[in-house]
Amino acid sequence: MATPSFSMPSRRGLGLLCCLLGAMSGLRAQDIQVPPPPFTEGLFPCTVCHDGKNLKVNRQRRELKDMHGDIVLKHGPESRWCLDCHDPLDRDRLHLASGEQIEFTVSYELCGQCHGEKLRDWRAGVHGKRTGSWNGQKQYLLCVNCHNPHSPHFQPLKPMPPPVRPDAIQARKGGAL
Amino acid sequence: MKYHLGKSEPQDGPRTITSRRRFLGAAATAMAGAMATLTGCGKGDVEAFLQHNFRELSKDELKDVIARLERDARKKYGKDITIGNEPAIQGTIFGYALDLSRCIGCRRCAKACVKENNQSRDPQIEWIRVLQMDKEDGVDVTHADPYYNPEEVPQEGHFYMPVQCHQCRNAPCTKVCPVGATWQEKDGMVVVDYNWCIGCRYCMAACPYGARRFNWGEPSIPSADLNPVTHYLGNRPRPKGVVEKCTFCIQRVRKGLYPACVEICPTGSRKFGNLADPKSEIRYILENKRVFIFKEELNTRPKFFYFYGV
Repeated sequence: MATPSFSMPSRRGLGLLCCLLGAMSGLRAQDIQVPPPPFTEGLFPCTVCHDGKNLKVNRQRRELKDMHGDIVLKHGPESRWCLDCHDPLDRDRLHLASGEQIEFTVSYELCGQCHGEKLRDWRAGVHGKRTGSWNGQKQYLLCVNCHNPHSPHFQPLKPMPPPVRPDAIQARKGGAL
Repeated sequence: MKYHLGKSEPQDGPRTITSRRRFLGAAATAMAGAMATLTGCGKGDVEAFLQHNFRELSKDELKDVIARLERDARKKYGKDITIGNEPAIQGTIFGYALDLSRCIGCRRCAKACVKENNQSRDPQIEWIRVLQMDKEDGVDVTHADPYYNPEEVPQEGHFYMPVQCHQCRNAPCTKVCPVGATWQEKDGMVVVDYNWCIGCRYCMAACPYGARRFNWGEPSIPSADLNPVTHYLGNRPRPKGVVEKCTFCIQRVRKGLYPACVEICPTGSRKFGNLADPKSEIRYILENKRVFIFKEELNTRPKFFYFYGV
């Protein structure tokens, strides 16, 4: 059977949500094998700086200048702001719209709040890349492994070289023809 | 039991040969042995010449054939390779689906396929061809461009449609082969016995997808790039003058792995699974997505589907 198998520890509340979503998509309740989130090197854990003591929570919407100036928010910038997803009280975690805190390793739950259809397809193995075994263990990717959460449009790539045109294949001794 | 090599239905059941054939084979071997001595042909050449169709080989014969082919490969590439002959997994019919709404035409699938399946680098052979098409025109092969080469893909106003063997259930290629060198396996894979192919290229003319490739020249692969894990009906090194094609990576999928093109695709556009398993990804796609069958009107009944994931 081609359902993914489990390795991640279950969490309070999340297990039930997984059950419900799993049942909706026709899959068993399950954890999903995912790689670690692609943090920028040296930035995590966030609480090294955002400890709530030396650096107080600033809920003001503003242009970031002192740090994180490289982040360009192209993900509904009119209605979105850092603290909509990053938890202000525990910066090493994210939070859902309900306020429930979640780990970065299950960030797909956060994305799935708006992109429910994608989350459903992702769980079924249809949205996103899969590696591993078609009839056994599969490796999933987090949404953020392919989509930069701050600017989620898939980035263009340089294509690999085109095939050689038939008329460019030359006869040569001991070789092509 | 007589075996009809021209049959196009899936078949890889018991391989039996008539006693008359066995007798003639033995007689021919004896005669060829004598001829080899006179003409200076090597023992391996004679054995290759007298080798039966894959489906007619007994277990012992197949063992000898594989040992000979492995020896030949070592001689040519200076590298040990293994040639497997894993049979179809019972209860599997492989299917493939490609998301046209996500493919960006980066061609990583085509290059990964070359590496995995030991396609000739010079002259170049690529089983997967990625077609660039205009969004305005839709799927229109007469105006498709396989040679696009911009700095970045996807290009505005275009979409990309990779084409490879569709592993048809009603495969025209297997019907036209005059010698029965290509057939459909029980798991749905259309395969070629490179040692039985006579290079007439009828199958290439019959294939409406342009999925088959011919070794016009002696294939060349740098030794270091040769993938040593092979299958007799798949990615083992091929000789000059034979036809080859995509087998959904038979050497991988019969061991439970995904095809190489599925694993490399950066956009996750490529989906693969068991059509006979109602819980597989491929069945989910067929049941829930808008699916498009390329040249459906030809009634080739492919097991390769295109779909729109959005």
